[in-house]
Amino acid sequence: MKRLKKSAGLYLILLLPVLYFGIWHYWPMYGVQIAFKDFLPGLGIWGSPWVGFEHFERFFNAYYFERLIRNTLAISFYGLVVGVPLPIILALMLNEMRSKKLRNVVQTISYAPHFISVVVIVGMLLFFISPTSGVVNGVIEMFGGQSVDFLADPDNFWHLFTWSGIWQSIGWSSLIYTAAMAGVPPEQYEAAYIDGAGKFRRIWHITLPGIRPTIVILAILAVGGVMSVGFEKVLLMQIGSNLETSEVISTYMYKSGILNAQYSFSAAVGLFNNIINFILLIVVNQIARKVGETSLW
Amino acid sequence: MAMVNRSKGEKVFDAFNLIFIMVFSLIILYPLLYVVLASFSNPAELYKNPLLFWPQGFNVESYKLVFENPDIWIGFRNSFIYTFVGTFINILMTVLAAYPLSRRDFFGRGIFTFLFTFTMFFSGGLIPMYLVNSSLGLVGSMWALVLPGAISVFNMIIMRTYFQTRIPRELEESAFMDGCNDIKLLIKIVLPLSAPIIAVMVLFYGVGHWNNYFDALIYLSDRNQFPLQLFLREILVKEEMENMLQSASDTGYADRMLAKEGVKYAVVVVSALPLLILYPLLSKFFEKGILVGSIKG
Repeated sequence: MKRLKKSAGLYLILLLPVLYFGIWHYWPMYGVQIAFKDFLPGLGIWGSPWVGFEHFERFFNAYYFERLIRNTLAISFYGLVVGVPLPIILALMLNEMRSKKLRNVVQTISYAPHFISVVVIVGMLLFFISPTSGVVNGVIEMFGGQSVDFLADPDNFWHLFTWSGIWQSIGWSSLIYTAAMAGVPPEQYEAAYIDGAGKFRRIWHITLPGIRPTIVILAILAVGGVMSVGFEKVLLMQIGSNLETSEVISTYMYKSGILNAQYSFSAAVGLFNNIINFILLIVVNQIARKVGETSLW
Repeated sequence: MAMVNRSKGEKVFDAFNLIFIMVFSLIILYPLLYVVLASFSNPAELYKNPLLFWPQGFNVESYKLVFENPDIWIGFRNSFIYTFVGTFINILMTVLAAYPLSRRDFFGRGIFTFLFTFTMFFSGGLIPMYLVNSSLGLVGSMWALVLPGAISVFNMIIMRTYFQTRIPRELEESAFMDGCNDIKLLIKIVLPLSAPIIAVMVLFYGVGHWNNYFDALIYLSDRNQFPLQLFLREILVKEEMENMLQSASDTGYADRMLAKEGVKYAVVVVSALPLLILYPLLSKFFEKGILVGSIKG
């Protein structure tokens, strides 16, 4: 009681944030129940009738269900497989650079694209691969080839999406590893050097173990986001002819919910998505805890 | 590291490393450079010779078309307002949330930390959030863009860690001895010592607001309220810019198609101008920010 009283001022400070989390985080969680109801705006969340798992069943049985799952997982895992190791490799290479000055210049260049908006990133991608005026096709034609409509071909979507994402984020993602590498004690390198360890062995036995906690934490967070692929970017890159590979759960949820006002159905799709993400996060965290000493909690 | 004699293998390693880094820098830099060069080029010549290392014929016609377009000005104005107001709310709310959580003597610290961070891993999803904003009457208002995201939990944790590690506890204790209360303490002692982290947060949040298009897409329908990113989306992704080319409508179809190409490049440069000017200044802060963030809380 005495401690409670002593914290009164802090409670006052925390008042607005508590209100904020209540309204914009926990109220929507309460609203999730419309996934099991037929939401009618007139009746409100509470008054709308329960329908059980009807919306989920409709979603699971829909002909596009498999396609949505496949695209979501494929885009995510592609992103994980190249998106997790490449920034680490870049950080290692930057770390091995002998000129500090040059390293800073390269680093500053490398994360510049991080600050470009996703609209502009997609816009730029479209410039470059445009079949009529893009530089890529321009070069192909210069060498006597045929112009290709890259975006319209569903076979290209995953590659275009992933690699444009790498271009934008690799520098920024590598920053945190560079920071972690700066924390590895230099005596270790010196000792290894005296013991006759070459460059690769020093990287393998000292640098990488030194940044392992950072790698594990970031990898867990990345897996936890598997189902929510950069959906704003997918939405921008979608055109009718690439839907086969570009439609993911979240874009579908946006279309059925916001554009077609099927609130309950769309909330069910969203809930399904969030639960899978949540489970993945817990599982990966648990594995990390068992295998190594680092985990989120 | 003092390594006087590099072995032959190490010299080879360093040389290859340098080459890879240089190629990498070029891959990051060239698309950015290309857009700038293309924006100053004569679209007709660009069409014939798309690979650029220097502008193809100098022209600022594209820029004229961009600046003559009222949408761009409306977008800039709105984006400035949303970024300014939004970032102000972000900073205020993040400080209010982070400070009590940083105090070890705060009764209930564990519960609030859990309730706040839990929202990082599970959320109601898009549709319940939309319904909440709709019941609050925020649809069609700028508040829907700045209130729901008032606190980023990730940034809140970074700030909490900063308070915990950089504000000397003795300072707080002696202030209490002098009869200071929690609110005074926050305003008079903690905030003045937190300028670096606040600067970093202003940049993180500010860039987020400036680049956001999706919230505006969902919640706004009046063109006079559109932020710059929505107009950019029309021009770059959907290629809707007929009203922009009206001044050039006396020319033929082919010329208008060419003008369209030029406008796209110029509008990217114009939209990136604020950041382009600030970038050299800001990059130091960004690096510092991620360093602070990498200290685990």
